[in-house]
Amino acid sequence: MQGKNLSFKNGIKDGLPIGLGYLSVAFAFGVQASIAGLPFFMSVFISMTNLTSAGQLAGLTVIATLGTILEMILTQLVINARYFLMSITLSQKLDGSFTLGHRLLCSAFVTDEIFAVAVAKPNTLNRVYFYGLVILPYVGWTTGTLLGALAGDILPLFITNSLGIALYAMFIAIIIPPSITNRGVLPAVLFGAGLSCALYYIPFFAGISTGLSVIISAILSAGITAFIFPIKGGNKNADT
Amino acid sequence: MPILDMTVMILVMAGVTYLIRMIPFAFFRKKIKSDYLNSFLYYIPYAVLSAMTFPYIFYSTENFYTALIGTVIAIVASVCKRSLLTVAILACLSVLIFGFII
Repeated sequence: MQGKNLSFKNGIKDGLPIGLGYLSVAFAFGVQASIAGLPFFMSVFISMTNLTSAGQLAGLTVIATLGTILEMILTQLVINARYFLMSITLSQKLDGSFTLGHRLLCSAFVTDEIFAVAVAKPNTLNRVYFYGLVILPYVGWTTGTLLGALAGDILPLFITNSLGIALYAMFIAIIIPPSITNRGVLPAVLFGAGLSCALYYIPFFAGISTGLSVIISAILSAGITAFIFPIKGGNKNADT
Repeated sequence: MPILDMTVMILVMAGVTYLIRMIPFAFFRKKIKSDYLNSFLYYIPYAVLSAMTFPYIFYSTENFYTALIGTVIAIVASVCKRSLLTVAILACLSVLIFGFII
């Protein structure tokens, strides 16, 4: 049965809470980028062209530690691999209004939260709704980054130091609740943290860069966990 | 890093991120059949976020001990299912306050 047609206004309404949430996460990213020594306009440039929290923080680390282009490519491939899955799932819900040009543009806005809202819609998606959905998150993400980067440049050191933990605290807030409810997520989180700490603290691995260490830890962790706790049916998509 | 090199790095980063999203969005019509691959892709964000957080969170405040307190507070608040913003604010505040005490 054909449900009611989703409008641009519906999209804006659904996008508002995401945009507000992004404002604070992006603020934390902006502070991080400022601490890493990036000029504020570069921080905003990253957010305008990437729209992804973990990927941007990883990219920032590669830049701050003077990593190589190859390291940047590998880091982004691994950390953003989940978008591949989300885009596959969403591509099957798009109606005829998504011609190739619109698909090329809209795909840039596939984030965890936008995916979660869009995939939960019972019927097919039209492009007008999708554009409405992504506008406020995009504005929130770029504005938050600008404010965070400026705050990081202006505020006294003892405050920026305490703000430095914000983005990491948010990551903890993302991974802990599903670790309690989903039996596979906890081992993925523990393996990931354990391997990352091992690569960091064991002197033998001292030559491995931060970016590479995160890649190795994440691939091994997800690889082992997927082997021990496979998800049957394959339609349970990541929703965080 | 000079601005020009940084710009190149950011464009590479943006390009890779865009291609990952765009290729399946624009051109795929089939689902991934492999349970293993689907499970892997399901777990990868959690593995990535925890590997990015630990141990780096301990060095995020220029003082190991304030960071440790902030981490514990963030974990406790997350177990209590507080929102992203609340967890972040509590962690920052505890770092700030503990920084004055020690």
